[in-house]
Amino acid sequence: MVVDSTRSNDRKQPAILVLEDGSHFEGIAAGAPGKTIGEAVFNTSMSGYQEILTDPSYRGQLLTFTMPHIGNYGVSGADRESMAIQASGLIVRSISRMASNYRSEISFIKWLEDNGTVAISEVDTRALTRHIRDKGVMMGAIVHGAGAADVAAIVAELRDYPDYGNEDMIARVACEQPMSVVVSQDALCETQLATGLRAAEVRLVALGSEPVATERPHVVVVDFGVKQSILRCLDRSGFRMTLVPASYGAEQIAALKPDGVLYSNGPGDPAVLDHHLASIRQTSMSHPTLGICLGHQLLARAHGASTFKLPFGHRGPNQPVMNLARKTVCMTSQNHGYAVDPTSFSQDVVITHVNLNDQTIEGFRHRTLPIFAVQYHPEAGPGPHDADDCFDDFAAAVRANL
Amino acid sequence: MPRRDDIKTICILGSGPIVIGQACEFDYSGTQATRALRAEGYRVVLVNSNPATIMTDPELADATYIEPLTPAFVTQVLEKERPDALLPTMGGQTALNLALALHADGTLDRLGVELIGAKPDVIERAEDREIFQRVMNEIGVDQPESGIARNLDQAWEILDRVGFPAILRPSYTMGGTGGNIAYNRDEFAEYIKWALSQSPTGEVLIDESMLGWKEYELELMRDRNDNVVIICGIENFDPMGVHTGDSITVAPIQTLSDREYQAMRDDAIKIIRAVGVETGGCNIQFGVCPSTGRRVVIEMNPRVSRSSALASKATGYPIAKIAALLGVGYTLDELLNDITGKTCAAFEPMLDYVVVKMPRFAFEKFPAASDTLTTQMKSVGEVMSIARTFPEAMGKAIRSLENKSAHLHVTLARPEAGDHQSIVEFYRPHLRRPTPNRVYYVLEALRAGLDVAAINEISKIDPWFVDQLSQIVECELELGEVAKAGEPVDRALMRQAKRLGMGDIDIAAVLGTPEEDVRQHRLALGLRPVFKQVDTCAAEFESVTSYFYSTYEDGDNESLPMDKPSVMILGSGPNRIGQGIEFDYCSVHAALALREVGYRTIMVNCNPETVSTDYDISDRLYFEPLTFETVMAIIEQEKPVGVILQFGGQTPLKLARQLFEHDVPVLGTSAAAIDRTEDREQFKVIIDKLGLRQPEARTVMSWEQAQEAAELLGFPMMVRPSYVLGGLAMEVVYDAADFHAIFLRAQAESPGSPVLLDKFLSQAIEVDVDCISDGAEAVIGGVMEHIEEAGVHSGDSACALPPYNLPETVLRQIREQTIEMARELQIVGLMNVQFAVQEHRVFILEVNPRASRTIPFVSKAIGVPLARFAARAMLGEKLSDMGLTHERVPDYFSVKESVFPFNKFPEVDTILGPEMRSTGEAMGIDQGFNIAFLKAQIASKNEPPREGTVFISVKDSDKWAVVPVVRGLKELGFEIVSTRGTADYLRQNGLEVRSVNKVKEGQPHIVDLIINAEVSMVINTTIGGHAVRDSRSIRRATLQLGIPYFTTLAAAKAAVGAMREVAESQPGVRSLQEYHHSLDARAREGQLR
Repeated sequence: MVVDSTRSNDRKQPAILVLEDGSHFEGIAAGAPGKTIGEAVFNTSMSGYQEILTDPSYRGQLLTFTMPHIGNYGVSGADRESMAIQASGLIVRSISRMASNYRSEISFIKWLEDNGTVAISEVDTRALTRHIRDKGVMMGAIVHGAGAADVAAIVAELRDYPDYGNEDMIARVACEQPMSVVVSQDALCETQLATGLRAAEVRLVALGSEPVATERPHVVVVDFGVKQSILRCLDRSGFRMTLVPASYGAEQIAALKPDGVLYSNGPGDPAVLDHHLASIRQTSMSHPTLGICLGHQLLARAHGASTFKLPFGHRGPNQPVMNLARKTVCMTSQNHGYAVDPTSFSQDVVITHVNLNDQTIEGFRHRTLPIFAVQYHPEAGPGPHDADDCFDDFAAAVRANL
Repeated sequence: MPRRDDIKTICILGSGPIVIGQACEFDYSGTQATRALRAEGYRVVLVNSNPATIMTDPELADATYIEPLTPAFVTQVLEKERPDALLPTMGGQTALNLALALHADGTLDRLGVELIGAKPDVIERAEDREIFQRVMNEIGVDQPESGIARNLDQAWEILDRVGFPAILRPSYTMGGTGGNIAYNRDEFAEYIKWALSQSPTGEVLIDESMLGWKEYELELMRDRNDNVVIICGIENFDPMGVHTGDSITVAPIQTLSDREYQAMRDDAIKIIRAVGVETGGCNIQFGVCPSTGRRVVIEMNPRVSRSSALASKATGYPIAKIAALLGVGYTLDELLNDITGKTCAAFEPMLDYVVVKMPRFAFEKFPAASDTLTTQMKSVGEVMSIARTFPEAMGKAIRSLENKSAHLHVTLARPEAGDHQSIVEFYRPHLRRPTPNRVYYVLEALRAGLDVAAINEISKIDPWFVDQLSQIVECELELGEVAKAGEPVDRALMRQAKRLGMGDIDIAAVLGTPEEDVRQHRLALGLRPVFKQVDTCAAEFESVTSYFYSTYEDGDNESLPMDKPSVMILGSGPNRIGQGIEFDYCSVHAALALREVGYRTIMVNCNPETVSTDYDISDRLYFEPLTFETVMAIIEQEKPVGVILQFGGQTPLKLARQLFEHDVPVLGTSAAAIDRTEDREQFKVIIDKLGLRQPEARTVMSWEQAQEAAELLGFPMMVRPSYVLGGLAMEVVYDAADFHAIFLRAQAESPGSPVLLDKFLSQAIEVDVDCISDGAEAVIGGVMEHIEEAGVHSGDSACALPPYNLPETVLRQIREQTIEMARELQIVGLMNVQFAVQEHRVFILEVNPRASRTIPFVSKAIGVPLARFAARAMLGEKLSDMGLTHERVPDYFSVKESVFPFNKFPEVDTILGPEMRSTGEAMGIDQGFNIAFLKAQIASKNEPPREGTVFISVKDSDKWAVVPVVRGLKELGFEIVSTRGTADYLRQNGLEVRSVNKVKEGQPHIVDLIINAEVSMVINTTIGGHAVRDSRSIRRATLQLGIPYFTTLAAAKAAVGAMREVAESQPGVRSLQEYHHSLDARAREGQLR
């Protein structure tokens, strides 16, 4: 099926990306009209733009794709990581006006517009990426209709704008009420299943509103902005799931009688989320626990470690992670701007994974308790499936503890 | 896991002569592997029969054997060198098959040689179609419906399941030799027979057609810890049905969602594990149905392949080097990513650009061959381009082709005015049938108003690609309107055109102005390309390697000034017949030599198969088309102290005039001297001045003039067009009857240019001389005597160094004339002269003031890297200061033999002529001429038999000379069969011969005999159009059955001489280093010459 959008990027309205340090990049307006502000970051994935844009961890960020062509295969409901585009803005080299893929339901441009996402295209994204790499991530604004003459005013506005790291964005991306998670592949056609596509529909329903598989072990997922692929992976590992707000206390979680607990990914600096740490520490000491990405950072902090901001983060599907016990290397999908300081760990904790590019910590476990955490995204979505064993290990720990 | 220390010596097998489907990508891989393993301290023994390669340079490996790649010769090398391990994955299918044979006959076990990189059972699981299918079933990877037939009956049964169209592929062949698509029962029967004959195991795989499906390829690496990474995903522009070597391909993959890509990646990893490639690389091809997403695996290669070379160049990841290091025990995490210099090799490259590969075809050389592209590879070379977007990369790839189609406005048939439907119908067959021109027809159809959906529907080319191309056409329309209005193109529109990949030449075509005007206007608008780096990581990490491409972006230029003066070397572009790997060899040597003497070197080339486009050969690599526009942009950026044109063949020389006009400091022989050799009138003046002799010649513009000239010169006569490469459309005409047709073809080749007519020297011997000069002194590199008589293109002819037959008096004249010529032209660098010797009279045929095709052959024969010295001479060093004062004449013989692509073009006659058609060459070295000749024959798959029946049919002028040949064969116990004329003559000379009918005399005739395998060798010489046509079916049948054949008497004589020697003793092997060492010793003692 080919969805041929009649819209094109011919409109040629100018747009500009201005960074906090005064550097600016000209391009063409795309997506919803207007202006948007966020932390400018880059992701090096060559596929999976839909998953990345809908990943709640990108809240508050202007996302640059280093892949020049974006939108080529359209957008498909089964591939989303949340219900809407989460990134605050989009910066690309070229947006496809044509969506070529049998699974595509809507063209990329239409999707941006429907989501109200302000974007800029025809940008020298390589020059921008090099700038961010050399100078570090910084705040930026995409402004439609503006040009080089307006840069000074935009920079002034950026200086007054709250910094990405100072904001607690969890409430904006996480659930407000505990919800049951329903994962189904009903909507997929036969070949999608036969060809091994890891797509499935994820629905959140009110507790008790639909029957749940009570024979399955129960995992409570503490939602800091969870990606749906984490829920798909837990489902594939044989769990039933309850999603609870990040603010849920240890007693509230215990009352749900979980067999295991997962702390999810999410946006922002873990250092502004210290009010959650006591509950996290208490819960993790009494249940098999897995932390992913932000969840990894929070678990580390809950157990006494500190975190720091990386100069430009890890965002891409090709981050080599070594499993120190097995001495094997996985290609992992990553999206994080902060990392755990290895020198701050207590004796209770063992580092299990490191990043081969910069030797940063990619995972740890507790010496005596079934607590695991990984900085990378074992659920992929998008990215390689090399790290499936993370869920297997968690499932084994949960089952051993039943 | 550290490297293995139980291994000390490793033998690497090359891939032999360049043929379609196996080209210089294996020089790239073998060279990388050799360098990597030696850097690790291993002793490397290399075997390859192809002298034009960098890998066979004596300084590269510890011991280099230019010997035939057959079990018999390689066994001798192994016995002599006793390596601990054999790495068979760098030399294509040839090396893999050879390794399997050495395993099967017990040689490897007997000598305790371990196969590394691929084990025999792994090779079998990947290469044997039946076993591969079983393994795929076991791991649940979907495959097309198919079956394996060993005879026609089995084939019919399988057809019932598979249905039409049916895809046929023989087992264990490379480049899809013998492959076909059958649409009906007649074709099916015919193609099955051909395929069965081509498979060494007599098996053919019959596949369900996936015509119109999308095709993908993944390049994988695996180490002994079971870590697997995907280096590159490639998407084919052409849907399935076209061999991937003939397809336009794109990296990275553009039209798969991440879900689909990851599922494919999962399959690929399952496959590499199940097949069991333990260490090293492999590539796996998939087909994907565009409407359902069904994905099937097509095939896997458990070795470094053409696609690996492409993937290496496309990503910057050195696949061959890493594969070699994994083979000796390293793991990916232990190896460094050279490009970033700080991250490790365990990662997957991310591209922030688009790469397009386009095949280069040679159908102009084979007018009889069908240009429909099928599953059998037909292209002879390829180009790659890098740009920020697909249309930009496509435009650059097209310009890189450097042929008549090297721009966006190729002249094609156009529909007559009509309604939309009639226009659609006009384009339908052109869009449906895959040919080299299809992409141009897509552009033309878009210009004619067909929409993306219609073009996709007819061609099955993914609509995303078509839509991207339509943006080029939309921009053309805008440009056209501006031109019509008489306005200048504004900056925004010019910028858009450049960003869509339109060359100045393309914009000029739309605007109807000269290219130079567009260039000046563009520069006035301030539009210049910037240069971006290929860094494997999409800029995530800083890169230490200077591998660049040009693009039109606003951002920063990543090519920063260098710390030392630089010299730029222009490469030779895509491989084609007449210009191939030899020139890459020269370019690489120039780069290495200049680096040694303290310059920074800059390489410009667009051929992904080559060593020159490896990022560590030069200080800077620009992967760019060799057009004036891009070359000038790089010169303006780099400001080199000199530019070297004479190593890249004809390609850079074509730019000489324009570069001189733009004050570019071109090094070496002056432009004026180049002109003096190319312009016939000026050349005649030199010849007269030096008192030399040329065949009588005339330059004509019309048929009337041609007829007058013919009367003057008389037949036979050589006819050739001006300005062509490799003797395109060159022919010897023997009588007035054929003259007109041949003249017209020559005229059509270079319209508006004169046609050249030469008196043809019958029964003459050709001699090639390579010479080096510093402008004052000149030294002969080597004198090569051709084995075929004059009339066969020098690139197609076998030759011997030193000459084996010519008298010393003649050779002295040749040497003197060469030196005089070099002095007169004030050659700085290399020069090649072609002579013909008729009855001891020496004629000069042509002079080329540049590196010739034979430079690598000569360099290896005499043990002197001529190209290196030439490069230094161009920068002002004197030959005497470099110690190059005398010609070195070896006391052993080196013979070069050519290899032809006839088995890919069943429609084409195999007889040799003045038009070059060979794709590659093999070299044989031995103390004696006969065995050297024999080795060259064996290496080019033309091994004479040891017993059986020889068919002999020769032209009248050869009859007297064939007698001793026949006598020799009889003494060796061969039976002789001849057609009546030859048979009668032989009987008159007292030789017993069986007669057989010519084809036109009725059955049973000679072709029946050949097909029934009753003939084990053919000697067949002919002259004149009729006789050639009559004997064509003999040559065809001979080729089909792989029977050794000789079409000149000189070659037959040499072969029989060798057969006599072999009957007494098996030829031995000796390394190049040993040959050169003995030569050096003799040189020191002053014994040379």
